[in-house]
Amino acid sequence: MLILTCPCCGVTAEETEFHGGGEAHLKRFGPGSDDADYESYMFSRKNPRGVHFERWRHVYGCGKWFLAARCTMTLEVFATYPAQTLEPPADVITAIKSKRPEWEGFV
Amino acid sequence: MSEISVSALPAAQSEGFVRVTEAGLRGMITLRGDLASAAIAKAVQEITGAALPPMRRIVQAGENAVVWMSPDELLILCPHDQAPGMEAALRAALAGEFATVANVSDARAVFSLSGTAWRDALAKLCPVDFSTLGTGDIRRTRAAQVAAAILVTGPEEVDLICFRSVAQYMFDILSAAASAGSEPALYV
Repeated sequence: MLILTCPCCGVTAEETEFHGGGEAHLKRFGPGSDDADYESYMFSRKNPRGVHFERWRHVYGCGKWFLAARCTMTLEVFATYPAQTLEPPADVITAIKSKRPEWEGFV
Repeated sequence: MSEISVSALPAAQSEGFVRVTEAGLRGMITLRGDLASAAIAKAVQEITGAALPPMRRIVQAGENAVVWMSPDELLILCPHDQAPGMEAALRAALAGEFATVANVSDARAVFSLSGTAWRDALAKLCPVDFSTLGTGDIRRTRAAQVAAAILVTGPEEVDLICFRSVAQYMFDILSAAASAGSEPALYV
């Protein structure tokens, strides 16, 4: 079971109270960008085995979006943090590194 | 247009190990805006008599209550016939502020659960550890397949607010979860 803590309202609940919003920290390539960048933005996702960053919405609770760092294999959640974040904050990276020393870092 | 308001399931009631009652008409006003703003705190205090609630808490003031719904949303509870006046007063007090006020009284249904084992009944429907909830707490979650707000009004009393369109569904699942002889006895 995936258990998330919403950073907006502090509620800890299991997955069915939330709704997944796909990979986090995507860089948007809009009109005027070249085809390869646009294709990669639209269709290419990391889909890693292990540490992953995702968008989640607390859909049955406060309704807010937030970001989560979790392991796709064990469902362990390393941290949840505000959606208004362009890249994983340093404390989140530290939390992941302490539990997954072999992790290559956020790329 | 008819001026007569009728609640979703008038007088619906079921007896089980917890009593489920449709609570009738309640005045409900949604106020959205920056809850850190002094203007909102002042308007709410003057018009409802209640201070702004801390995160996931309810502040009661006589017949009115102010409920924390999300980081930028409050639900103001009041007698049903006072809701239009209170809405107008809030709207006037917050003119020019970055805030919205809406009277949602007739968009919702309210059920009251009473009995010591209300946690056991709701635990069958909601993905929530109810031992963490005490009097004056609010928890928004889902009950089976629909959204619900659970307001803990006393040690043996809970109000549950849902959309009016799912009132019959909510009453049915609550009655089934509270039916006599089906106590899970999780919280004893």
